[in-house]
Amino acid sequence: MNNKTTQKDLFLMLAFAAVIFAMPIWLEPIGASYPDLMQKFAIFGIFAIGFNILFGLTGYLSFGHAAFLGIGSYTAVWSFKLLTMNVIPGLIFGTLLAGVFALAIGFICLRRSGIYFSILTLAFAQMSYNLAYSVLTPITNGETALQLTLQDPRILDDAPLSGAGLPSTELFGVSMSGLPGFYFCAVVLIIAFYVSLKIFRSPFGLKLAAIKSNQNRMGYTGFNTRPYLLAAFVISGMYAGLAGTLMAVTDPLAGAERMQWTASGEVVLMTILGGLGTLIGPMIGAGLIKYFENIFSAFNENVLHEIFSFLPEILENLMVFIINPFVGKGWHLTLGALFMVIVIFLPGGIMEGLSRIAKWVRKDRSKPTGDDMGTAKSKPSPGEG
Amino acid sequence: MSDKKKHELSRRTILKTGVAAGLVFATPTILTRNAWASEFTNDPGSSKSVVLGFNVPQTGAYSEEGADELRAYKLAVEHLNGGGDGGLMNTMKPMSLKGNGILGKKVEYVTGDTQTKSPAARASAKRMIEKDGALMITGGSSSGVAIAVQGLCNEAKVMFMAGLTHSNDTTGKDKKRYGFRHFFNAYMSGQALAPILEKEFGNSRRAYHLTADYSWGWTQEESIKNATEKLGWSTVAPVRTPLTQTDFSSYITQAINSDADVLVLNHYGKNMNDSLKAAVSFDLRNKIAKTGKQWEVVVPLFSRKMAQGSGDDIKGILGSTNWNWSLPDAATKAFVKSFADKYGFPPSMAAHTCYVQTLLYADACERAGTFNPAGVIPALEGHKFDNMGNGPTEYRAEDHQCFKDVLVVRGNPNPSTQFDLLKVEQVVPRSQVEYEASMFGGELGPI
Repeated sequence: MNNKTTQKDLFLMLAFAAVIFAMPIWLEPIGASYPDLMQKFAIFGIFAIGFNILFGLTGYLSFGHAAFLGIGSYTAVWSFKLLTMNVIPGLIFGTLLAGVFALAIGFICLRRSGIYFSILTLAFAQMSYNLAYSVLTPITNGETALQLTLQDPRILDDAPLSGAGLPSTELFGVSMSGLPGFYFCAVVLIIAFYVSLKIFRSPFGLKLAAIKSNQNRMGYTGFNTRPYLLAAFVISGMYAGLAGTLMAVTDPLAGAERMQWTASGEVVLMTILGGLGTLIGPMIGAGLIKYFENIFSAFNENVLHEIFSFLPEILENLMVFIINPFVGKGWHLTLGALFMVIVIFLPGGIMEGLSRIAKWVRKDRSKPTGDDMGTAKSKPSPGEG
Repeated sequence: MSDKKKHELSRRTILKTGVAAGLVFATPTILTRNAWASEFTNDPGSSKSVVLGFNVPQTGAYSEEGADELRAYKLAVEHLNGGGDGGLMNTMKPMSLKGNGILGKKVEYVTGDTQTKSPAARASAKRMIEKDGALMITGGSSSGVAIAVQGLCNEAKVMFMAGLTHSNDTTGKDKKRYGFRHFFNAYMSGQALAPILEKEFGNSRRAYHLTADYSWGWTQEESIKNATEKLGWSTVAPVRTPLTQTDFSSYITQAINSDADVLVLNHYGKNMNDSLKAAVSFDLRNKIAKTGKQWEVVVPLFSRKMAQGSGDDIKGILGSTNWNWSLPDAATKAFVKSFADKYGFPPSMAAHTCYVQTLLYADACERAGTFNPAGVIPALEGHKFDNMGNGPTEYRAEDHQCFKDVLVVRGNPNPSTQFDLLKVEQVVPRSQVEYEASMFGGELGPI
């Protein structure tokens, strides 16, 4: 580690923290500065950052990470039900239990690589999902979702006053809903990002990247790759578990659909959309998808008419007619189109787009000299911020 | 690296950290500085309009019902703002609405997709409360979702006017001070259906339940089981099916091979269409059961939308419903007319209950003279009203459940139009379906 990288990382960390903490301000103009959505940005950011440690660094595509998300959520809600409404025990137990499951699932799945690995993880996740719906209903409460009730023991908490409503999750007296909940998630996100940065810069991260570039050659040099892969799998599983517990912290309710394969697929989309193998990319992808899901899906004809009200009426109706299928319940369509455009034109995701713009601006400022700056790399190397 | 450079960096770092930290500490005050001015969540203050949140399933097994609910909500908003022909505002008694919005403020609305999943529904409701400033959330079609959203609204101290939700739990063990339900429940279905089941099928039948595996299915199964076992029926097996199931053939073959002779479908929406389709494709309704009796099918919660989805399969099947568009009273006629004029077809019972709930909320605000739930809740508790399609109705104060007559319907064997699918067999009086408020437990909690 030379000094320059350390300085750059320090700057990156500070900038990252500032941007995250200032979310309520810069998200205001695009209508996303309400606590619930910002919490989601932070939580899915953690999920995607963790997923990127496995997929981005080692190239192993897991289609089952939602299982760990669900395990984290269920554990946290049970901790709120049985132990205390304080979020710390739930956070610890949820992350650890997700780690244990990741160890077991990873131990089996990592015997294969490539598509076989993906299918194995998918099978495990669907198994967990179906178990949560059928035989495990006493633990998961099935379709109705696991919820807090007034009768829960909560042995570490004082008995509630009679007539009081449901208690809310808290961190030493600070309620974890609304803005404080967001700041809590933001702090966890920044720590998670820091850990991920350290992994990317460490010899361990380098070895993971080497596995991605050529696992066979790693093997020929007498290197046993499996423990490293397993470690990466467990770490990213624990990140998913952590994200799951935070979901339960901000909204103490855990449903099985959190473990469905669509949720696993979503994190793959986030990572690819943002920029596979980059540090910030997955976080941007997560934010974009959650923004679409929550803001675009809420557009209805009225909102569209308002937006286009400056146009003459015929044009207004025409615009609303054209755009209406792409918003509201059609938001998946817009997301799909955006995803296609990005994968086709920017294989490195949004991060590649940003670095192209940055290069273009730099070139523009220093007057083009015809150097080799024009050709952008098609894939950012692992470790690139 | 020289000392000087290091020093420079740290100074810059300190500056940056300072700015970042300043922003961080300032944000909560920037965002919450208006919070103390209002007495209750989303107080509209001197704003010229108020926002209602319509949270319905737009995707998933109940999306058909959700779409119809949304139509009804839009119609209700139009009528509240003085547009259209006024619909039930011409018949409702007593009524304080003036056709100029609510308390003189124009009614606006936001919509959201519950996806028939509790977490998604809560996220959508949170957005309406936190971002759009909704004063009241309404919607439904799944009791699991309704209960989850009702809990959220209660914590946020925002009114929740349940749409279609039929589980006993909504106003039973999960009832909340801020939640109100106009729709009937599974217990009432059981009580209403029992006498006619006895008359038609006798009292030594053996029932086989297929049940949607969540809150509503569980309570409906329990209610029907209790009601029929009192008649002398026995229950062979209660089988739980996932809400996402679309192929029920294996469940139906198991039922046929059992020693039961009545199939009770505790399914709703597309679920029920699919399970009934499977039953018909195995020719269950023409088979003689192992007991030597003719196989029968009962759908305790029936709706015209579901009948439409099942086509000829539903002919002759018994069920119960909250309301049907073919009722002869003036209020029903007025509502059906304004709905059909706008959309070209008659409303479903889901649409009716959602429309009525919106008007009832608006009326309660007018009577209370405030949007503050502390005033609106007492205005609704114990409120008696009439001429909204169900005859005299009362919002019981103890559990926020509406009590009114329940309809027993039968799949129309000779429909005259494509909407004339359910024939009202019997109007079961309120007294027959009423129960003690304490029967299901639960607590409303404080305001």
